[in-house]
Amino acid sequence: MTPTRPRSAEAEAPIPATRIDARGLRCPQPVIRLARAAREHPPGVAILVLADDPAARYDIPAWARLKGHAVSVHDEGEHTAYRLVIGDGSQAPKSTGGA
Amino acid sequence: MLLNQAREVLAGGLGMRPDEVSLHPTGTHALLAGLAGLRRARHRVGEQIHTSAVDQAAVLRRLPAAARVPVDSLGCLDTERWARAVNAPGVALGVLAAANHEVGTCQPLREAADACAAAGVPLLVDLAASWGRAGAVPSQGQAYAADAASFAGPPLGVLGVRTGTRFDPAYPRSAPEHGLSLAQPVVPFALAAAEAWQQSAAERAREEQSATALVERIRKAASGIPDVQVVGDPVHRLPHIVTFSVLYVDGEALVHELDRRGFAVASGSACTSDTLEPSHVLAAMGVVTHGNVRITLPLEAVAPERDRDVARFCQELPDAVAAVRAQLGTDRL
Repeated sequence: MTPTRPRSAEAEAPIPATRIDARGLRCPQPVIRLARAAREHPPGVAILVLADDPAARYDIPAWARLKGHAVSVHDEGEHTAYRLVIGDGSQAPKSTGGA
Repeated sequence: MLLNQAREVLAGGLGMRPDEVSLHPTGTHALLAGLAGLRRARHRVGEQIHTSAVDQAAVLRRLPAAARVPVDSLGCLDTERWARAVNAPGVALGVLAAANHEVGTCQPLREAADACAAAGVPLLVDLAASWGRAGAVPSQGQAYAADAASFAGPPLGVLGVRTGTRFDPAYPRSAPEHGLSLAQPVVPFALAAAEAWQQSAAERAREEQSATALVERIRKAASGIPDVQVVGDPVHRLPHIVTFSVLYVDGEALVHELDRRGFAVASGSACTSDTLEPSHVLAAMGVVTHGNVRITLPLEAVAPERDRDVARFCQELPDAVAAVRAQLGTDRL
């Protein structure tokens, strides 16, 4: 299945404030790096992540959805570029638990 | 004679007659034999088979990507897409697991079967995860594949095909099981499977109630930990399967930490597979795939201290998660 791209149009706009090179890193390292960077910036800021782990293809969009961030996915040859725009919390599910 | 009696018991377990069932080395063999026989019988109509995106890999690997009907974030089949898929011309059959083997979500089998019936397409129901664990066998399909291992029997596949269903076995009628199998059933396994079915029958309702409550406890304990996502349908689910993902840890480290504490769990994370790909079930649901833990509760008859083990698991899980996060430096994320 192709990962969905929530709110991709909004994710295109801002120029990334931070660029994370997670190429060569395996799951869950790309998400961990991304989560660290996301904590340091306010809503609306864009972060660019480069990753080549096949699991990141599912995991980064899934994590972004869970946290209410917007993400768009672009394949760039050997790796994939993920552009994240930090959400303001209003899009995040109330609880991460499903029970 | 003994084999006939065992067959009768197992057929009864599927709600079928002995002459409607064949025995196979495993549930997967039974499923594939059913798939092949139904498809061959419908070759004039078409070759296409539809299934869900979260069905067993053994099925998905045999079908083109277009065969997979999407699921929602709980792992539940998109019934509108399913109806459209089976209504298209050239469809030989539908294959659908009654409940998911990884996340426990029960599928809307009645709607899926109604759509198949309206389109005149036979439905093969995969009971690998649910036979003997989730109430009566549903009656909607034309064929059922199951494995005695799901109720603590030995590995033994059972395929039931309802009388009147067009079915063309893959092998000559002279082959074992009227041409449905390449191997004669292993008689001791068939006897043990029938015995396991009968032994578990009396306790089944109470067992399911107890497992449902224990899984609810695990779901609560896991979702009480920060940044843990419990996946699968919280209500329409198998009693005994629960899956959750712990953010910012790798599944492998968590499985080892839990193993060190005496808990045997599985994982759908990519780091625990040899392909670097995460579980196709989690991927299709669009949920986080790292830090994944999957628990399949054994029957209480097989694990008499199940209650105590689950209580200890729920108690130790927060510590286990904290320990792994501390090792990875992700405890303050």
